[in-house]
Amino acid sequence: MTNSPAIIYHDRLRRGLAALPWAVACAMLAYAFIAGGYLVTIMSFAMIYAVFIIGLNVFMGFAGQVSFGHNAFAALSGYASAVLTATYYWDPMAAFVVGLGLALLVALVVGWPTLRLKGHYLAMATLAIGLIVYEIAIQWQSVTQGYMGISGISPLGIGGYEVVSDRGKLFTLMIIVGLSSLAAARLRASRFGRALAAIAGSEDAARALGIDVAHYKLAAFLVSAAYAALAGSLFVHVVEFVSPEVFGLNMVVVAFTMLYVGGIGTLGGPILGAVIVSLLPEIFRGFKDYQDLFYGAGLILLLIYAPKGLAALGNIVPRRGKA
Amino acid sequence: MTLLSLQGVTRQFGGLVAVDAIDLDVTDRGVTALIGPNGAGKTTLFNLISGFQTPNAGRVVFAGEDITGRPPEAIAAAGLVRTFQLVQLFQSLSVLENVQVGCHLHTNGGFWSALLRTRATRQVEREVEKRARELLGFVGLEGATDMDASALAYGQQRLLEIARALAAQPKLLLLDEPAAGLSADESKRLSTAIRAIAQRGTTVLLIEHDMNVVMNTADTIAVLDFGRKIAEGPPATVRENPAVIAAYLGVGHA
Repeated sequence: MTNSPAIIYHDRLRRGLAALPWAVACAMLAYAFIAGGYLVTIMSFAMIYAVFIIGLNVFMGFAGQVSFGHNAFAALSGYASAVLTATYYWDPMAAFVVGLGLALLVALVVGWPTLRLKGHYLAMATLAIGLIVYEIAIQWQSVTQGYMGISGISPLGIGGYEVVSDRGKLFTLMIIVGLSSLAAARLRASRFGRALAAIAGSEDAARALGIDVAHYKLAAFLVSAAYAALAGSLFVHVVEFVSPEVFGLNMVVVAFTMLYVGGIGTLGGPILGAVIVSLLPEIFRGFKDYQDLFYGAGLILLLIYAPKGLAALGNIVPRRGKA
Repeated sequence: MTLLSLQGVTRQFGGLVAVDAIDLDVTDRGVTALIGPNGAGKTTLFNLISGFQTPNAGRVVFAGEDITGRPPEAIAAAGLVRTFQLVQLFQSLSVLENVQVGCHLHTNGGFWSALLRTRATRQVEREVEKRARELLGFVGLEGATDMDASALAYGQQRLLEIARALAAQPKLLLLDEPAAGLSADESKRLSTAIRAIAQRGTTVLLIEHDMNVVMNTADTIAVLDFGRKIAEGPPATVRENPAVIAAYLGVGHA
């Protein structure tokens, strides 16, 4: 096999395209630190979404299942954090533990019966749980204060230490995203992760090799619910406010967009998707009335030419010159 | 000694009796082939044995235990592992990882061991990888270890599915038409592999239409027609059996 200039150029193009979204994401995060202001807030929200999507990716990307209702777990934990810290002055960490437990309990109750069924039962059940939790957040006014929402939530912190500056919050969130991503990478490269990938590939073949499909689906569901709960609590502590709209169906739509744009099933996809999609409205704002049109067209083009998302952008140049 | 014993196993779909009171004993040595015309009930019988379908009547006894109606994963854990007529690979995994999944039953560790990745976990992972590489070498796929499973040629995908099943260290391996879609050359290599599997002590029960593969590998042949067993015995006697010839040539029952 000869390494002709054409092939070397080809490989460089592949690698360059693969690195491009990472370069953009890193540059934007770095720029946010230096410039401060509005961009820090946008990037902070992107990091919170990244945590949510890293978890959703375990369930949808690794295990190949569908859920429309993970916003419910973010809402349960978010409201637990909000109520316990704002109304009862709990420590944020203790409040999060309660919120996480609540989210996992609900995930178990919903997942246990539905994950034993093949097909779309779980997707429908998750859609329902998302809507139910949303309604409860509106109606249970004595605790959630309905549409008004809860303010005066304590800032991000552990024990006596609190993060108050915007840059400090972004930095803390970036560390949490890094750890979340590391955990997902370890899951993927393990017996546990391989079992999930087997279920995504063929449930029958997985069972024929002794994998308890219902058990692993439930485990993946609980893991992703835990990530969603973490994202929910982080949000209320970063914004110091919560209302039902925060965890509405819109959250699911945005998360799906980020997951597919970034690259479902990939390790880097959730972070790339969260950062890039968060920036898109800012970029397309220049198109004024046509911004939705350009935004939609951009998404369609990306999904046609890079169906595995930004994390696999190098693949739009076909592999050549290698066996 | 009998490893697998079917006793009056029956399965009906509405008015159609797909498998009709089959009795079959598979000894714990060698290769048994299950042959018969299309629609004879061979794959249904495989599904009944491996737990993907439940018999309406009869018992499936494996290694002295009644496994009738148990779920597939429990039957796999008992040491009975199958492959599929349409190859079912895990597309998002590499060739090596596919075989590593096969080691699932003989390792343990879930969420926490994945997260903590202790020394013990890493040690097990190394052993799993070593074993997977050995099995890929055994089926002749050592050169394709890091490829995506979906990038393999069809014949190689079949071999990968067999390697993956072997990773589960079955006592009995059920192969559903392993030679379907293989070239003459690949079929020959498959026959050698099947004999080698039997020699390593894993009993093989296979469904196959390719008579070269059947005659080159099987110690015993059972013939199904319209859900019934019409003949059983060593290859030399079965091929002379008038009922078998009639079933294959479609002359009606002799």
